[in-house]
Amino acid sequence: MKALAARLAPLGAARSAAFTWTQAAVALLIAAFLLVFLVVPVVTVVYVAFADGAGGVTLSHFGSFFSLSLMRESFWNSLYVGVWSVGIATLIAVPLAYFTVRFEFRGAALIQTLGVLPLIMPPFVGAVAMQLIFGRSGAVNLLLNDWFGFTLPIMEGLNGVIFVEALHYFPFILMNLVVALNNIDSSMEESAQNLGASGMRLFRRIVFPLAMPGYVAGAALVFIKVFDDLGTPLVLNQTNMLAPQAYLRITSIGIEDPIGYVASVIMVIASLASLWIATWVMRGKEYATMQRGYSGLARRRLNTGQSALAYAWITLVLLIVLAPHFGILLLSFASVWSFSVLPDAYTLAHYASVFQDSPRMIWNTALYCGIAATLDVVIATAIAYLMLRTKVPGRNVLDFTVTIALAIPGVVLGIGYLRTFKGIELPFTGGELFTSSWIIIAVAYTVRRLPYALRSCVAALQQLHVSLEEAAENLGASKRRTILRVVVPLMAGGMLAGFITSFMTAAVELSTTIMLVSAQNDAPMSYGIYLYMQSAAGRGPGAALGVLAVLLVAVGTYLSYRVLGSRAQDAREVRRLG
Amino acid sequence: MRFVSRWLMPAVIALFGTAAQAQQQLIIVTSFPKDLTAVYQRVFEAKNPGVKVEVLNRGTSSAIAYVREAPAANKPDIFWASAPDAFEVLAKENLLQKFPGANPKVPAKIGAYPINDPNGFYYGQALAGYGLMWNTRYMKANKLPNPREWVDLVKPVYFSHVAVSSPSRSGTTHLTVETILQGEGWEKGWQQVLMIAGNCAAITERSFGVPDGVNNGQYGIGLVIDFFGLSARASGFPVEFVYPSVTAIVPANIGLIANAKNAELGKRFIAFTLSEEGQQLLLDPKISRLPVLPATYAKAPAGYPNPFGGKIKPKVNFDSELSQSRYYVVNAMYDQTITFRHRELVAATKAIHEATAQLAGKKNAKAQQLLAEARELAFSPIVSEAKSKDKEFLALFSQTKRDALKTKQLTGLEEYWSSTSRKNYVRAAELANQAAALAK
Repeated sequence: MKALAARLAPLGAARSAAFTWTQAAVALLIAAFLLVFLVVPVVTVVYVAFADGAGGVTLSHFGSFFSLSLMRESFWNSLYVGVWSVGIATLIAVPLAYFTVRFEFRGAALIQTLGVLPLIMPPFVGAVAMQLIFGRSGAVNLLLNDWFGFTLPIMEGLNGVIFVEALHYFPFILMNLVVALNNIDSSMEESAQNLGASGMRLFRRIVFPLAMPGYVAGAALVFIKVFDDLGTPLVLNQTNMLAPQAYLRITSIGIEDPIGYVASVIMVIASLASLWIATWVMRGKEYATMQRGYSGLARRRLNTGQSALAYAWITLVLLIVLAPHFGILLLSFASVWSFSVLPDAYTLAHYASVFQDSPRMIWNTALYCGIAATLDVVIATAIAYLMLRTKVPGRNVLDFTVTIALAIPGVVLGIGYLRTFKGIELPFTGGELFTSSWIIIAVAYTVRRLPYALRSCVAALQQLHVSLEEAAENLGASKRRTILRVVVPLMAGGMLAGFITSFMTAAVELSTTIMLVSAQNDAPMSYGIYLYMQSAAGRGPGAALGVLAVLLVAVGTYLSYRVLGSRAQDAREVRRLG
Repeated sequence: MRFVSRWLMPAVIALFGTAAQAQQQLIIVTSFPKDLTAVYQRVFEAKNPGVKVEVLNRGTSSAIAYVREAPAANKPDIFWASAPDAFEVLAKENLLQKFPGANPKVPAKIGAYPINDPNGFYYGQALAGYGLMWNTRYMKANKLPNPREWVDLVKPVYFSHVAVSSPSRSGTTHLTVETILQGEGWEKGWQQVLMIAGNCAAITERSFGVPDGVNNGQYGIGLVIDFFGLSARASGFPVEFVYPSVTAIVPANIGLIANAKNAELGKRFIAFTLSEEGQQLLLDPKISRLPVLPATYAKAPAGYPNPFGGKIKPKVNFDSELSQSRYYVVNAMYDQTITFRHRELVAATKAIHEATAQLAGKKNAKAQQLLAEARELAFSPIVSEAKSKDKEFLALFSQTKRDALKTKQLTGLEEYWSSTSRKNYVRAAELANQAAALAK
């Protein structure tokens, strides 16, 4: 689409004119997609927050909301958890990214890949595994109690929520920061070193500030995600936060309860506010570098003591963040695991029953998430380009609308789809209903995961200096050629990060899935895990399916590195030689 | 296009048509786990060649939403779940259809509770009682005695070892709480519920969260529906289950959805689940539910609980109309004063337990009085029994569309409950601490 837009645009005119009609057409197309699949479905449900019951509109429910001390307390709790989670996630992610990107480090790729795994926490199974390891009678506390006679309340209270959220979402910072650090012009670092800076000072004054767009994009995502996260607080039985309050009210008091939607609307506002703050922090600064570092040149060496320390720290961090995955793996082979450090005995039976029951689910997950992540990257790249390189009116509205999707509870989107598309038939299928086909699940995943891809793509384009495109155009390249040969290859790292994040988080999405699955044949793995985890006997097979989900996402990640990553590599080579 | 319609389509139909025509689909919406539904699905498909059973598993509340939102031309056929309330909601919204399909060998009542819906919208398919489940390893490690009755759980020894869910989240927990309220009376019942909740390590969000936590060993004791305990034990977990004497036995139900796409097949499936063969499937160790057909118990393994044999003696004759009338009040009270104020309630309970231990065997009238006051503040229901029967008060909670004024009234009430109970718990903890200080 963009390519087409560019071809039709008069050469070189795009930057001087306000915008071209083709750019506007692309913007309109995306706006229409968002309107149909996000705004309308959500509004059909959420209008309750503003309805006065007699057909009019009122803000009275907002007054009622703030008169509840419980809601005020929930709001502050959510804020507290969000801010602290970003802090802890930063502590985990920054050293991992910095050491592996800017230094000669054995196993850097492996560490970066493992560091992404925590994002894929299969629903329910992840929680059970966390409890079995960090819980009040988990392996860690049983050992502590045996050896030292005390236990740590790791999973209790708001601090437990912060712990789990930070472990779960720090990869957002890690991924974006890795991309950003890779993109820093190595001559900056070298100049600073020549001028005598080193160690922390070099990091604090030069490297970190230059990587800011990546860090801020990641941190904003972590904050928004934690602020809106439902699963973790519920699993830890913390109800006094905003997202659980909204969810509990909508699902138990009833779908018509206004206060639940007021809470949702407030979450949307908070998400947008945090993005606005992120933009504000970066305002008036220039982050784009023209020549981007060929990493091989920039990598520094650590001395023996330093590298021992770095390895020790990274090993410790990886052990903690991957503990839930070890837990899931053990659980999938365990016959019974109850109040003990390790399972009683091991068996392969769970895998046998999973392969017998649900091979179809594995294929479905790959299909839906592949479609969703691909669409996400295409749409996100287009929006990022419209936002940062054109003056199409309303381009920022697209960004805000997409971001709203982050704060919409999955249940609300699911019910919104069922209501909006009631009775609509798919073309060419002889009257199959849209709401009972698998396509609706893929579309829902696309909409729900679009914000992740968008943040990554925006950060990638922000770091790209516009003069590279201008140079290409001055040398006679058409707009289309410039985008295809310069912009996209140089953005590839960010697009890849966006694709992977969308893919892996869609693979474990549950709340919308539950509303939209209408046939067992169309069910993805997350639904299968949910199904198993409803009974004591299903725990093993559920964990086995969880392991397969993690493996599937790992394979997906690897393949996308191969496909997109090699293009990025080519671009880098070309630049170095050129 | 002509070519396609004239030549290709008949060929395709000839190839696949026979299979497609014979294939009939039955769609079941249920809150039951796969362990149960998969067994019924397999046996029913084997008995009815050409029938494909499609099972859609959802939590009870989203199952209701799903049936409601499904387009009229494409309604599922069967609704199958535990909570009688869910069926009441569906019947009220005309989402169920009546048909004569009861198995005459199923008795009319269990205790005083009718097994089949008196209005004929749904049928009892299995029976469920409520009880206590515990992890034997946890109990041994923490040196805890096995409980027998609900009232045991208020003892200080069980502090922070218990888990329960919330009635607004789980139909089965609602029945458990309502059973205690009906068995002990409103005031005494709430007192007990509050004291048990004060001893809880967690108020879980899903009803399965309780047995799951007990299976894990995160919690010692859980308040659960019987098959959670029985099936976990049958799956090899180190857990035990008992029915306390204040228990009620109520049916889990199955019903035909209005405008079902394949109503005839649906009726056949319901008849199958109520037949001797269908009832016997409930005895599968992974399912472990109580059949509604008394004859089936003859085939059960030794030690299988039998509600018809008089071995479980439910003291409570569950009054479902009473339960229905105050459904939303009980849920809202529980959430506002227990679920959302759990931290403060636990702190008050802890202080009271400690003061009680300090004062044991000591004569200090002033301290005793402070302690009594603390108990009164912490463990009294926020709504009196008289008010809980007030029609106008109850009408405020009826689930109609909320206008702005009503929302204001309701949130005002919630705020009052929430802030008052918080104040009471904090004050109770202070009083208990003062009492303990006096005893020193």
